[in-house]
Amino acid sequence: MRESYFPQEETRDLQSRIYWLFGLIVLALFGLLMRAWYLQAVKGKFYHELSENNRIRVVETAPPRGLIYDRNGNLLVNNVPSFNLYVVLGDMPDPADVLPRLAQLIEMSQEEMTRRVTFKKEDPFFPIKVKDDLTMKEVALVEGHGLDLPGVKIEAEFKRNAIHGTLAAHLLGYVGEVTQAQLESGLYENVKRGGIIGQYGIEQTFDAIIRGTPGQKRIEVDALGHEIRVLEVNEPLRGDDVFLTIDLNVQKVAEEALGNQNGAIVAVDPKNGEMLAMVSHPAFNPNLLSQGASSRAWEALLKDEGRPLTNRVIHGQYPPGSTFKIVLGAALLETKEATPSSRVECRGFLPFGNRNFKDWKRGGHGSVDLHRALVESCDVYFYEMGNRLGVDTISKFSHLFGLGQPSGIELASEKGGLIPSTEWKRQARKEPWYPGETLSVSIGQGYVTVTPLQQALMISMVANQGVFHSPQLLKKIWDHETGSIQEIPTAEGKRIPVSPETFRVIQNALAGVVSDPHGTAGGAKSQFVSMGGKTGTAQVIGLKGGVHGKLPDKFADHAWFVAFAPVESPKIAMVVLVENGGHGGSTAAPLAKKVIEAYLGVVPPLEPLTVKSPAPPPTPVRSEG
Amino acid sequence: MIDRRSIAGYDWLLFVVVILILGMGVLSIYSVTASSAVQARTPLYMKQIYWIILGWIVFLVMAWIDYHEIARFAYPIYVLTLLLLVLVLVMGRSAQGAQRWLSLGFFNVQPSELAKISLLLVSAKYFSDYFPKRGLNLRQLLVPGALVLLPMLLILKQPDLGTALAISSVFFSIVLVIGLRSKFLIYSSLLSLMMFPFLWQFFWNHLKDYQRERLRTFIDPTNDPTGTGYHIIQSKIAVGSGGLFGKGLFGGTQSQLKFLPESHTDFIFSVFSEEWGFVGIFILFLLFFFLILWGVEIAYKAKDVLGSLLAVGIIGLIAFYFLVNVGMTLGVMPVVGVPLPLMSYGGTSMVTTMGLLGLLFNVKLRRFMLFY
Repeated sequence: MRESYFPQEETRDLQSRIYWLFGLIVLALFGLLMRAWYLQAVKGKFYHELSENNRIRVVETAPPRGLIYDRNGNLLVNNVPSFNLYVVLGDMPDPADVLPRLAQLIEMSQEEMTRRVTFKKEDPFFPIKVKDDLTMKEVALVEGHGLDLPGVKIEAEFKRNAIHGTLAAHLLGYVGEVTQAQLESGLYENVKRGGIIGQYGIEQTFDAIIRGTPGQKRIEVDALGHEIRVLEVNEPLRGDDVFLTIDLNVQKVAEEALGNQNGAIVAVDPKNGEMLAMVSHPAFNPNLLSQGASSRAWEALLKDEGRPLTNRVIHGQYPPGSTFKIVLGAALLETKEATPSSRVECRGFLPFGNRNFKDWKRGGHGSVDLHRALVESCDVYFYEMGNRLGVDTISKFSHLFGLGQPSGIELASEKGGLIPSTEWKRQARKEPWYPGETLSVSIGQGYVTVTPLQQALMISMVANQGVFHSPQLLKKIWDHETGSIQEIPTAEGKRIPVSPETFRVIQNALAGVVSDPHGTAGGAKSQFVSMGGKTGTAQVIGLKGGVHGKLPDKFADHAWFVAFAPVESPKIAMVVLVENGGHGGSTAAPLAKKVIEAYLGVVPPLEPLTVKSPAPPPTPVRSEG
Repeated sequence: MIDRRSIAGYDWLLFVVVILILGMGVLSIYSVTASSAVQARTPLYMKQIYWIILGWIVFLVMAWIDYHEIARFAYPIYVLTLLLLVLVLVMGRSAQGAQRWLSLGFFNVQPSELAKISLLLVSAKYFSDYFPKRGLNLRQLLVPGALVLLPMLLILKQPDLGTALAISSVFFSIVLVIGLRSKFLIYSSLLSLMMFPFLWQFFWNHLKDYQRERLRTFIDPTNDPTGTGYHIIQSKIAVGSGGLFGKGLFGGTQSQLKFLPESHTDFIFSVFSEEWGFVGIFILFLLFFFLILWGVEIAYKAKDVLGSLLAVGIIGLIAFYFLVNVGMTLGVMPVVGVPLPLMSYGGTSMVTTMGLLGLLFNVKLRRFMLFY
């Protein structure tokens, strides 16, 4: 102190309290220093980690899905580049301002935008896909407004592309973003939110093979989420390619044959169960759905009366009509209820109970044996014989032929159809079985429903003399990483307890259906190849056997034709169903002929009656029959 | 009449302290803004250096003119300040929801900055004219209280909570040093305790939405991690991740990658802490401690009450800014948006602070003057 210079009475009064002030300040300084020590020394590691996480973000890069080929290596589904639009809410300071402007730029409705963006937002930095496959104009517009659209980014990615559009749409299926329910199901282990998985058809069934493994990119970002630099890249692993058993050429011919009619065509190789074609019409465009269809497009698909999303091959359940007589014929011979020479007198109707069950042919067929009954599709014969067999025996044999139960094909939600029995009726309807109902069942009406796929497998079994192969869709898998090709082995065939002699009789009769002048499928007779088959005309309404009045289209009968060829050594078995197509013989059978001729590769004008072997499949065809 | 011994003595050390603090500020600004993609024609750190140079000129001016001369204009300056404060409310330019700027054609001024200096002068002048020997009682507090409250309310109306609180800190440090009568102290603290809920209610109702939000998130930053709480969380992460020795110059990921908002202005301390760690903080605290110690010594040895009170007010103001700013970045005080003296980027704050230091030096220089 230097008060000796100038003694200051007044300031002395202040001096003690100046120390108070100083003390307070120093105390506060010390407190803050302790706080800094706490943050930096005590919790330093914790905050260091936080700062690392703050700047490093792991971005998943979607793997290209494996390609899909037909059995001969024709490309069916591939990936093409696509510009997709994403929104990162965490990087968007004011979504209420940006989103409407973005919607305007890409001409999307506000509701649609809101619907897409509000789907789950637990992680604000998760990129939400708003639109797939932007046009060049949209890319330019969005990029041009980039600075006014924080949190909006365009990524160059792949989109799934079915090369032939709607061809085999139900079989190939489509892909889509994994849903919340699918994520929670635990079935998709390595799939994260936003991941693309197969949602239908082959894409769905073999998703695990096709999907591939996503790659990861560790990037350093700034506070706005902008990528500063890439720290580490794990390239995604491309999914495996799959070769289907489908034959593109046969599929094409089948689709063209069916044309605009609603219905289904299935073709299978009876020797090994490989599916050769699978058509369901009307179809959807898988590219539209894979690339994130708008809700309006979805609604249109769901509301369409033709139900284009339904795969009629496995989801459609129809009464089999007269094609069911094949099963009855086999049952008759196996149970010895009738011999091939047993006869029934057909006068055009069969009185039963208090009503007459009519034959489709007004005047009747006269005295018929099994062969003629099948060739001419005599109803009275099968009324009589069905009644003798009883519904439970019919049911037993139907099941032997795979009807009324899912075949186990590797496609989702296959339907089973229905084969009635007394037991079934007691349980399901709480009613006894009425004998008259057996008569309806005998000609494939009444409660009986089957899917086109079951029909195809049934006729395949007949063609293969009772050896059943599970339907197979996948031929081989090509792993790009190792370069290895895995052939899918054909499942061991199962012989059903029906004697070859029975099949000989039945096959003979079915050949007659096409070749006999009285046969119901005379119109399907091929110049080049021997065919066996059976027509069916399934009534949509009513059980008044044989009444075919004029009805509006949607109540018109369904036309069936099940067929196999060549008769001597069947290489293809198939079914044609034309919804509301009328008579099986005139509507469905000619379509089968086209497909069969296409598959067997007969060149029409030059080599009559010569059968060319099909395009040689790489695996030797295993034959059990 | 300047005492040469003073400058020849250890005062050069003080200049070193100030220059060191200024240097740390420029370095931190350089570190944050150098990598910035958008480069201004004059980089920010250069601009800051220009401000520093201007600051030293103001320092010299404020140190040169006898503080008694300056204090003589305390009341006219005060009235002018009030006028400008009213004017800024009527026709001021607003930025970020607050009306603080007054355009003078060629440049913009913030009358609230002037208010700090004029309040300092008025309080010191008033209390030195009417110096209560044995502490203040309520009656003696009425006039100066009103003098402070008037501009404070005008500033709150802008609203600028930070400056309003800074002005009150000048007043309170002066009142603290003068002392309050003990009886009055007891009564007034009892009264304010009883009135607290009502005052709080009043205070709360008069805050702007964003101010309330800031106070709320101060209490629980995780409540709103992307909004206001974001600043506090990111700042704590920046400081904490610096650890003991820091990440080094340009190494601060938090600030370099712009997770820190306002990193070169209000949050410059976070940048500094992230890059220099606890060691850096310790040195910085030591420098500010010296600065305040120097001020306290000047207040203690001032020639008269006016000088002493001026010094006390200046210490109070600088300490307030330092403590509130650092407290904010360390997450122990609400975000009120005050700059860190001598370090934050910004001309107004720099010039004002240097001016205040000049005034402080002024008081010291005239310690041995015989008359005025």
